[in-house]
Amino acid sequence: MNVTITVNGKTYTHDIEPRISLVQYLRETLDLTGTHIGCDTSGCGACTVSVNGEAVKSCTMLAVQADGCEVTTIEGMAQNGEMHPIQAAFKEKHGLQCGFCTPGMVMVAADILKNHPNPSEEEIRHGLKGNFCRCTGYHNIVKSIQLAAETLNE
Amino acid sequence: MGNFIGKAVKRREDARFLKGAGTYTDDIKLPKMTQSAFVRSPYAHAKILSIDITEAEKADGVVAIFTGKDPCGDYGVPCGWQVDFKNGETMREPKHPLLAKDKVKHLGEAVAIVIAETLEQARDAAELVEVDYEELPAVTNPLKAMEKDAPLVHDEWEDNAAFDWCIGNDRAEVEAALEKAHHVTVMEYRNQRLAPNAMEPRSYIADYDVNGDRYTLYTSTQNPHLIRLLLCAFALGIPEHKVRIVSRDVGGGFGSKIYHYTEEALLTWASKEIGRPVKWTSDRSEAFLTDAHGRDHVVKSKMGFDKDGKIVAHLTDEYCGMGAYLSTFAPAVPTYLHGTLFQGVYTTPLIHLNVTAPFTHTVPVDAYRGAGRPEATYLLERIISKGAQEMGMDPVEIRLKNFIPPFDGVEQEGYQTQVALQYDSGNYERALKKALDKLGYEDFRKEQKKAREEGRLLGVGISTYIEGCGIAPSAVVGALGARAGLYEVGQVRVQPTGKVSVFTGSHSHGQGHETVFAQFVADKLGIDMADVEIEHGDTDQVAFGMGTYGSRSLSVGGSAIIKSIDKILEKGAKIAAHKLEAAEDDLEYANGKWTVKGTEKSVSFGDVALTAYVPHNYPEGLEPGLDFSSFYDPGNFTYPFGTHIAVVEVDKDTGKVELQRFVAVDDVGNIMNPMIVDGQIHGGVAQGVGQALLEEVVYDEGGQMITGSYMDYAMPRADDLPMIETDNTVTPCPHNPLGVKGAGEAGAIGSTPAVVNAVVDALAHLGVTDIQMPLKPQTVWKAMQN
Repeated sequence: MNVTITVNGKTYTHDIEPRISLVQYLRETLDLTGTHIGCDTSGCGACTVSVNGEAVKSCTMLAVQADGCEVTTIEGMAQNGEMHPIQAAFKEKHGLQCGFCTPGMVMVAADILKNHPNPSEEEIRHGLKGNFCRCTGYHNIVKSIQLAAETLNE
Repeated sequence: MGNFIGKAVKRREDARFLKGAGTYTDDIKLPKMTQSAFVRSPYAHAKILSIDITEAEKADGVVAIFTGKDPCGDYGVPCGWQVDFKNGETMREPKHPLLAKDKVKHLGEAVAIVIAETLEQARDAAELVEVDYEELPAVTNPLKAMEKDAPLVHDEWEDNAAFDWCIGNDRAEVEAALEKAHHVTVMEYRNQRLAPNAMEPRSYIADYDVNGDRYTLYTSTQNPHLIRLLLCAFALGIPEHKVRIVSRDVGGGFGSKIYHYTEEALLTWASKEIGRPVKWTSDRSEAFLTDAHGRDHVVKSKMGFDKDGKIVAHLTDEYCGMGAYLSTFAPAVPTYLHGTLFQGVYTTPLIHLNVTAPFTHTVPVDAYRGAGRPEATYLLERIISKGAQEMGMDPVEIRLKNFIPPFDGVEQEGYQTQVALQYDSGNYERALKKALDKLGYEDFRKEQKKAREEGRLLGVGISTYIEGCGIAPSAVVGALGARAGLYEVGQVRVQPTGKVSVFTGSHSHGQGHETVFAQFVADKLGIDMADVEIEHGDTDQVAFGMGTYGSRSLSVGGSAIIKSIDKILEKGAKIAAHKLEAAEDDLEYANGKWTVKGTEKSVSFGDVALTAYVPHNYPEGLEPGLDFSSFYDPGNFTYPFGTHIAVVEVDKDTGKVELQRFVAVDDVGNIMNPMIVDGQIHGGVAQGVGQALLEEVVYDEGGQMITGSYMDYAMPRADDLPMIETDNTVTPCPHNPLGVKGAGEAGAIGSTPAVVNAVVDALAHLGVTDIQMPLKPQTVWKAMQN
């Protein structure tokens, strides 16, 4: 099947198998390996990307469903080599250790901050519920998102 | 102190991870690479009657299919530790085949590998492989595995015991002391089986180069050199110099990526067979079925107290499940990493632990964050609190009565335990008091009283843990059954321009070595961190190493680097003396230069480096170059300790536990980077809380796993946890050059009993004295009703 998907501002057309998930398309066809696969039940959120501005677990969406959509992945967050304020905040607050869940965390953080520009700790924790991190105990991820909120509101 | 040690330096590795530019194994694509999928047993125990690959072989894209009948079926992966029976009988070590040939012995055991051009083709074809099984009865509980009529995991022995073992004082003496004790507290429980769940599933690519007759294995491992050793010398019998192991970015380990897995060896073999690279990446379902699990101890323990609450004796019997085969470190976990911690932080005069380690029809059990020490700490910290509860004492009071007095390991000797080890340094009371202050213990007790009057169930739980890490002195572990040394290697190569490349056998999979190691290297050399690069995870680049586990990277790996730095500075001084036309003794080294004492005559580190490589005007007889490698074998384990306190509220209607506060005061010796130490504690605490409240791998009686996905296996999510309130006391380790003890496992070791103690405390007035983990709402609710 032919799909046309805009990823990080660039439009691609590919003939793909209908059963290919969006995350496989990103990783295998476009070589955008920043989006990770941590489970097979939509439980871990490592594959979170933005589709038309909404956070989506890209393992649960078929690539063909993204036909005509605008997708942003972790690779599209930094602009001109400059980290996005959310990425910078994760570094500042040590919001990552092994880095595997991190792309999904950054993408879901963007979604949380879009919906709650001044999030409470509870709103952040609620927003992170769909994403597992096994390294940080979430402590510094919450702090990172709090700092990102401050920076983005400046 | 220099510019970097002790500072919260931000991590250098973060940029690539944050930009999605990390290189995890599954991110790597090689030319002509094939993909693979496994056919795995749907039974815990079954005879393989036949395997029919006819249809599968005809499927699109299939390159090769191998089963246990192929030559790879004759190879197996080894166990790295030998614990013999108490009666002298050798440990029973079954062959752990790369593919099962005649029988499968746990759910998910591989019976065939299908290699194809694409992953989808491999998976499609794997579904066409027809395996005819005859299902056999299975046993999954370690206690039941030792019953008389239990189904045998391995037919070659008369029962399921892999080994048995004991440690401590004479059993009869301990029993006699218990008889005479004023009060005896009893605990019977199962320290439940856990799935480590590093977020990156295991992933391997084997690439055999026909022309060079060399193998490269890209693997998500915590210890590349150890994998090379096990793969070459034991699994496949291929020459070590023909093998390169690459382990770049690894997405968490927590123990589960220490071991040499069958898939690593099988892919390596298969790559040569088909002459192309082969990749396999586990999915999460496979990870639940095939990654080594942790814990799984069935425990019966008695602790005796005198009338003042002083411990007089402690006797424990445990059945510790090994799973179907002995994983790399498995025998060490419930023995030398467990029994040796039974002294805890207390002066208990008589201790005896007896361990029986049976095979069960389950995936192998091995080290999981803490490895034996969380199990020991859970028992000690629960049973002393239970004892206090039964005797009407405060849990703080009973601990203060039993603490080993402070000792620094320098002025005062190390503390000799009843269970083989000698602690290095400790001040247990100081950490407890700091934690109590941080919590506001007295105020909490008032608040709890008030809450109870309002019908609310608040509880506080204390855990004053100790652990043994910095693994380990080779001679000691060798005497205890280890089949390898546990030193570490650190090479420091000063480049001609004075830039420094450090090669370490330690491996970072989240710990931040690229930052922390550079901090102390830069300080010791008096140069900028930007001039130091840390290399790890490639056996062609790093001379040798033993990898990362047992919180050993800084204390053992860091010390090896320090040894090399000392050699660099010693040789550098000779070159500097020559250049300055001064005696070596008249020089001092600081801020990156050698200065003639009392003068302004100096020469920089960079100048000396250049001279070492351009030795035109050079000390006679001195070799050119400035590059040293060192092996560091630690003199002792290190013994971090601390106090963890949990505050919980239990919903009286549903039994749901809310963790409201968690205070962690950890003493990990000197601290190189407090930001990273805190991060390690946060993550460890989260995993320990996970065990207390949420996590459990459940096999049913027939050996089916009923918690095989994130739909069923509950791990802590962001809204299950509060902010973790961390602090430290600092009692330096007296026997390594950095004075560090290790922080990787402390959080997971100390936290679990704190949480359970808190829940029991919340329900104490209802007569609850113990609850089985995990403390799910229905479990807690039931306990409240009884």
